[in-house]
Amino acid sequence: MAVFDAALRAQAEQVKARYPAGRERSAIMPLLYLAQSVEGHVTREGMREVGELLAITTAEVEAVASFYTMLRLRETGTHVVSVCTNLSCALVGANDVYEAAHEAAGIPHGEELSEDKLITLHEEECLGCCELAPVVQVNAANHDRVTPERIREIVETLRRGEVPEPARGPAIRDFKQASRVLAGVEVPT
Amino acid sequence: VSEPVRVLTAHWDDPSVIPLKGYEAAGGYRALRSALAMSSGDLVQVMKDSGLRGRGGAGFPTGMKWSFVPQDTGKPTYVTVNFDESEPGTCNNRELVEREPHALIEGTAIAARAIECHTAFIYVRGEYLWQGLLVQRAVEEAYAAGYLGKDIMGSAYDLDIVVHRGAGAYICGEETALLSSLEGFRGQPRLRPPFPAVEGLYESPTLINNVETLMNVPHIVANGADWFKSMGTEKAPGTKMFTVSGKVERPGNYELPLGTPFGELLELAGGMLGGARLKAWTPGGSSTPFLTADHMDVGLDFESISEAGSLLGTGAVIVLDESDCMVEAARRLTEFYAHESCGKCTPCREGTWWAQRVLSRIEQGYGREADIPLMADMGKNILFKAFCALADGAVSPIQSSLRYFMDEYEAHVREGRCPVTGVGPGRAMQDAAGELSVDEVVEAIP
Repeated sequence: MAVFDAALRAQAEQVKARYPAGRERSAIMPLLYLAQSVEGHVTREGMREVGELLAITTAEVEAVASFYTMLRLRETGTHVVSVCTNLSCALVGANDVYEAAHEAAGIPHGEELSEDKLITLHEEECLGCCELAPVVQVNAANHDRVTPERIREIVETLRRGEVPEPARGPAIRDFKQASRVLAGVEVPT
Repeated sequence: VSEPVRVLTAHWDDPSVIPLKGYEAAGGYRALRSALAMSSGDLVQVMKDSGLRGRGGAGFPTGMKWSFVPQDTGKPTYVTVNFDESEPGTCNNRELVEREPHALIEGTAIAARAIECHTAFIYVRGEYLWQGLLVQRAVEEAYAAGYLGKDIMGSAYDLDIVVHRGAGAYICGEETALLSSLEGFRGQPRLRPPFPAVEGLYESPTLINNVETLMNVPHIVANGADWFKSMGTEKAPGTKMFTVSGKVERPGNYELPLGTPFGELLELAGGMLGGARLKAWTPGGSSTPFLTADHMDVGLDFESISEAGSLLGTGAVIVLDESDCMVEAARRLTEFYAHESCGKCTPCREGTWWAQRVLSRIEQGYGREADIPLMADMGKNILFKAFCALADGAVSPIQSSLRYFMDEYEAHVREGRCPVTGVGPGRAMQDAAGELSVDEVVEAIP
């Protein structure tokens, strides 16, 4: 397997074992997160191998993978920056933050990936942190009450190869690490 | 103003309760010990007597829900915790877990015990990466201390808890969609009946409860149904978590007895930001119809909010002031539903997509007179016409903003710009746009 090497395959088996016998298909989302943690997004080969691990077809895997926005089927930056523009955030300035993010990352409207492939910018629906709006996540780590100045700093920090300190919880190195954490195979320090 | 009652938030100022030792020191897991000494039937009865109603939005009586799960089908029973908190404006589950993760584990274990379940799942929305880690750590600590696993506290009762992460789909908060997702499929709702209580996860009897609901459970077991009924209203006992966001001085999560007037919550949240005037608010998140400044005295409970023409939902109060455009608010929320519609039912999939386009046109100053009745008509054609409540929720912001702010919609169309923000090309430009086809108009929208 090109995506799941021997070590990852062993982890995949552990993930499957979380679910009742005969119900291993429940592991499809964590397995897709594992595939994503290798390639930065879920590729066709990743889906084929997940299908092989679960004894289902690639088409069945794709039906699931294509449903969920955090499983990314397109080429994705090292970091995923998500800016919430839903109502609670919009009421306190999220639009300006989103515009500043586009500008700082050098990503034109209608596109999501920066030219250097460092950042994927995602206009996000509610991130469930509405009392701390406007909310931004970098690789699913939260930044509270973000201003346009702050989002520019966050982008600059990523450009320097550093990880911006989140408001709470551990810093997540990159989107691949976030995917491993979400697969439940890594606990960041 | 009534004093905020602190049941679920009693330990919020005390971070020592986050790890197991501190939680135990504060009395944690004593309710589970009591529950293990009770029969399944007695536990269900206590929950019925308490009058606790589900906090996830629908307000269904929790004890009754527990009693619907048959334990004699020969199949295993399952508990599934809905921690897929995604309703825009809602984040109390998140903070409840951040501040006292073991309370969720204890509540889940008691619920599991009540339906004789040996495997429970906690479905955590993917975006709650850190909160999922907190849950995972609490589960591991509980195993190590013998509160989970085999022969819990010598009771011969076994329970495993599996933490499962979502991946960014609002619809998975709908209970049958959550089950589809947990089984490894697209998160699309299923037809009911059969209800999950009878045929849920893996075609087996399944209890699905919200995080806040389950966190009430240890308190009820420890203090009794009568204590619980001493708070809140007769039909809606207990406290409720309210998330206040938007134009207030102190946005945050607040715990109040059910039935507390909205005005008191607003005051707790520091009042309107900068002393501006209240324009509109949602009582329970984006799926609940907007109310207005005329509803200041409405009690925050299922019945009172319903009488006022809205829904208590998740208790997510989004506050708008006079500088906010209602068409924009409706458009933003409609975009959300268009994005999150699972695509299964045509009225929802197509309706939300078209509604956001038309609302966007009105908002930008390119609306036509026919657009306003079109929006009202679309609402009627989506409401109760789809499988699940997502579609009904999508109609709420549109219909309620039309009901209370028709002037504002009409002014957008008449003046060709927003009467609140001034955004839009103006009437002359709008007339010119009238000569264009729909596609050309949409193209012209910046």
